[in-house]
Amino acid sequence: MRTFNELKKNIKKDHTNFKKTRIAILADSASQLLSTAIKGYGYESQIDYEIYEADYNQISLQIYDQRSELYDFNPEYVFINCSTEKLLKDFYSKDKTGQIHFATYVCDKFRSYYEALTSRLRCTVIINTFPEINDRVFGNYGAKTNASFIYQLRKTNVLLMELSQEHKGLFICDIAALQSEIGYHNVFDPKMYVNADMVYSIDILPYIARHITDIILSISGSFKKCLILDLDNTTWGGIIGDDGMEGIQLGYFGQGKIYTELQLWAKQLKNRGIILAVCSKNTDEIAKEPFLSHPDMVLRLEDIAVFVANWETKVSNIRYIQTVLNIGFDSMVFLDDNPFEREIVKAGIPDITVPDLPEDPAEYMIYLRQQNLFETASYTQEDEQRTSLYREEAQRTILQQSFENEADFLESLNMCSEVKAFDTFTIPRVAQLTQRSNQFNLRTVRYTDDDIKRISADPDYYTLSLTLEDKFGDHGLIAVIILRKENEKTLFIDTWIMSCRVLKRGMENFTLNAIVELAVFHNFEEVAGEYIETKKNGIVKDHYQSLGFVADGNRWQLDVAKHKKNYSFITKK
Amino acid sequence: MDHNQIIKDVNDIFIDVLDNEDIKLTTATTAIDIDEWDSLNHIQLVVAIEKHFKVKFNTTEIQGWKNVGEMCSAIEKRVNQ
Repeated sequence: MRTFNELKKNIKKDHTNFKKTRIAILADSASQLLSTAIKGYGYESQIDYEIYEADYNQISLQIYDQRSELYDFNPEYVFINCSTEKLLKDFYSKDKTGQIHFATYVCDKFRSYYEALTSRLRCTVIINTFPEINDRVFGNYGAKTNASFIYQLRKTNVLLMELSQEHKGLFICDIAALQSEIGYHNVFDPKMYVNADMVYSIDILPYIARHITDIILSISGSFKKCLILDLDNTTWGGIIGDDGMEGIQLGYFGQGKIYTELQLWAKQLKNRGIILAVCSKNTDEIAKEPFLSHPDMVLRLEDIAVFVANWETKVSNIRYIQTVLNIGFDSMVFLDDNPFEREIVKAGIPDITVPDLPEDPAEYMIYLRQQNLFETASYTQEDEQRTSLYREEAQRTILQQSFENEADFLESLNMCSEVKAFDTFTIPRVAQLTQRSNQFNLRTVRYTDDDIKRISADPDYYTLSLTLEDKFGDHGLIAVIILRKENEKTLFIDTWIMSCRVLKRGMENFTLNAIVELAVFHNFEEVAGEYIETKKNGIVKDHYQSLGFVADGNRWQLDVAKHKKNYSFITKK
Repeated sequence: MDHNQIIKDVNDIFIDVLDNEDIKLTTATTAIDIDEWDSLNHIQLVVAIEKHFKVKFNTTEIQGWKNVGEMCSAIEKRVNQ
């Protein structure tokens, strides 16, 4: 982790070409250094933060006054940073009844902040959990009575978490969890509090800045999707090729506990939607044996989307995994106990994240938890199935290699698709796709659930969601189209997103047919599209041209009458 | 640790925290002489000094120094305690 001073020096460095992000910081303690840390951390993550820092202790004033500088600034993110020190003061100012209902009162205040902010701004609001202070007025009995501060503080944290579950645009920076990792004495510096009314020590500021940035990055579509595991001394203790099935350490054998706990963690990640892959220098058959028959293995072959064990370099094997999964290197994490291998991978694939595992394996888990590698901005049911989806994809890749021509392969897949307008069931997934798709995304406009609801109710918009199913399995909803009526003649493609796992399947043609069909049905004469270049969507640069659209300035147009239905191997469900 | 070594180390800390290569401290230097030395940076300087010399000052002390000389004497006293 960078020191505060290093972050401070980052501010002077060149931020041009970084993504501009406008964030307002409203705090009930002095926040100058926090702002400095956030601005400086932006450089580490290629974000150019434009920060509006409200004057000290002006949270309500800024939020409830419609003419405040906050609304002039028009931020994309508002971070309301409240401290336990102030919470404690507030608690002490209440009478007995007030104290017993304190948590509800605090939560209502935050609800009201959120509602006021979002009624005037299109912004995401970040609040924080309160790190614990136990004033010991009741001793340990404080945990047993609702009259104590510690009871009300913990309840406040739970209520805030529940509040954020009710509101998609409300996120929580879990400072309480951060404090439980590193301790109150490291979070809070009494000298800074007394002299400058700052509630965070210099050393903790980079961590808070990182967590805020993690949240913002994940909301804007940048987060980890895949964990690649080395095997020997990472997934189990010892070397399978030398020690054999009976010799590797797992479960209660030797230091097995370490590796079993790491596997349990990986399995939880998989259940939450992180794709697991294996990359190991081993003989394939020997490496797979524990996954098939070791009684203490938590991970089994079906948990692993891509399994690569051979004697090639790790760099080339990770590249192979990347081509099968078709996700960016920057969304991958590679775990390996060997510092030498780690350095080679870091040098060969700069975008991948390679945590420097501690030398002592006993410290693996405590280290990994602190890294906060797998921040996410959403969680849907489909996330859980992701590894199996990617496993099916690996099977398709192998099948494809057995066909000589592409058409025969596509035909053999027996693909079908369901095409319909957005509905209550598909809206969350549609919003999620607009938020996380980076590659096959023509204009990269991000929409929230509420935006999508509004669009699907607006008579000037037409929407399509498309699924894809084949003989290996169901991909679910994989394409999103939002069409806007520009005038009586023209239908504009506001959004065209496809999941990258269905590339080269003829889905583009099939989708265009569906768009044209819809345009004809509603008597439009032309369909217009636009490509807005980003760092990541180069694969769709020639999208409209290859589908037969004609260039018109920055836009692409298709005369509906002249369009000949493109052939695809997909049938309508 | 002698006085000269302390002021030299403190000078390096000032340069690093205030991000100004030109700082040359003497015992008579005060906050008025250095633009960046405001109350906010003072706190950061104190934290950096505490860390470097592995000492801890009390809150009254850090507000009481009139110049760099007094600051260094306080450090010297703590270090040699």
